[in-house]
Amino acid sequence: MAAINFGYTISKPRAIDIDRNNLRKSDEILREMPELQACIGCGACTAVCTAGCLTDFNIRRVHTLVRRGEYKGLYEELNKCMLCGKCRLVCPRGINTRGVIMLIKRKLGDF
Amino acid sequence: MKRVIIIGGGIAGMQSALKLKHRGIEPLIIEKETELGGKLRGWYVLFPSFTPASDVLNELRNQVQKAGIATRLNSTVESFDRDHVILKGGERLDCDAVILASGFTLFDARIKEEYGYGLYDNVYTSADIERMLNEGRVTMKNGERPKRIAFLHCVGSRDEKVCQKHCSKVCCITGVKQAVELKQFFPEADVFNFYMDIRMFGPGYEEMYREAQIRHNIHFVRGRISEASPTIDGRIQIKAEDTLTGRPLHMSVDMLILLIGMRANDDNASFARSAGLERAENGFFAPRDQFLGNVESNREGIFYAGTITAPKNIGESLNDAAAVADTVAQYLGA
Repeated sequence: MAAINFGYTISKPRAIDIDRNNLRKSDEILREMPELQACIGCGACTAVCTAGCLTDFNIRRVHTLVRRGEYKGLYEELNKCMLCGKCRLVCPRGINTRGVIMLIKRKLGDF
Repeated sequence: MKRVIIIGGGIAGMQSALKLKHRGIEPLIIEKETELGGKLRGWYVLFPSFTPASDVLNELRNQVQKAGIATRLNSTVESFDRDHVILKGGERLDCDAVILASGFTLFDARIKEEYGYGLYDNVYTSADIERMLNEGRVTMKNGERPKRIAFLHCVGSRDEKVCQKHCSKVCCITGVKQAVELKQFFPEADVFNFYMDIRMFGPGYEEMYREAQIRHNIHFVRGRISEASPTIDGRIQIKAEDTLTGRPLHMSVDMLILLIGMRANDDNASFARSAGLERAENGFFAPRDQFLGNVESNREGIFYAGTITAPKNIGESLNDAAAVADTVAQYLGA
């Protein structure tokens, strides 16, 4: 007998669970570029981002998710970046944001 | 000789007394505790230089003693006006001016019961951490070393639910300082600071925040913890929004440290009534003028120094004391 589809689904939890997430990649990234930890979340990088003006790409959000151990879909997300480097020019904490993007992509590429 | 009564023997009171004495005015400090020093007695080291609090405290106490400044310990002030102070028990002391330097009260973290202070093990306040650092032993209740520590900023500050709308200002830098201290105690532990805004107002503070991020690997998460609850294995589960990713965030920690704010003293209300003084909405006293009269009250002959008018750091309180001595000397024509 075929199961009746009532139209209900189970939503996956949206919460970031630090206890379950694997922070190994994130730790590796921060060890290689400790300057990323100086981010104060101001969003200037995202404001100036050309890719962000045309798509929903948000570099501030993406790297913060990486630091929380939420890697899923982020490699593809980072493909939207055109590596123009404007974000690096505006960063008030002097973070090499373009370098960060390339590092995260390298680390997540073999994840 | 003109006589000035200083209510409160903390750092602002002691420094005011010293500065007055140097000008040939006779100060009398009234302190409700058994010794001088006020809140600074509970501190370990001071931000951002990690100067031992005892260095500042002992220096001031020694100077007060050497200058032979009159002090009344274990004495609580019942009421006062510009020419007299009445102690609990009825004793009346006459004077030519009064400096109110009775400071602040630490917010009672039990009021924010959703964080479990006093209910669950391993929930501490920033004042508890200073005490433990002073005792040279910071541990969890069972004596183990914590592997994950969370600090929560703004407990009893910027919170209308507990009638504390104001920013206590020094808790942010205290949180950064204590995060660094605990990281040095427990290098293997992950330390998270949950904040609403990071307000680094003093010289060297922002630099210290940056050091905490880069050199000490402290994690800063922008979001206020909504609640804490005990887990089955005796840890503390916390919930917050990671507002920079726009998603809820859960984690369990071994230690939760609440950065408690500075609130107005309970006796401020009766002092204001008896002496006819104006207060700000947050219960601290309102100076005559924010700019040109910030150590003066709305009444002639009654002056303010230190955190009686607002949350302040050590340096600002000491500066207030120097300013009030100058102002009082001018008022007395000394």
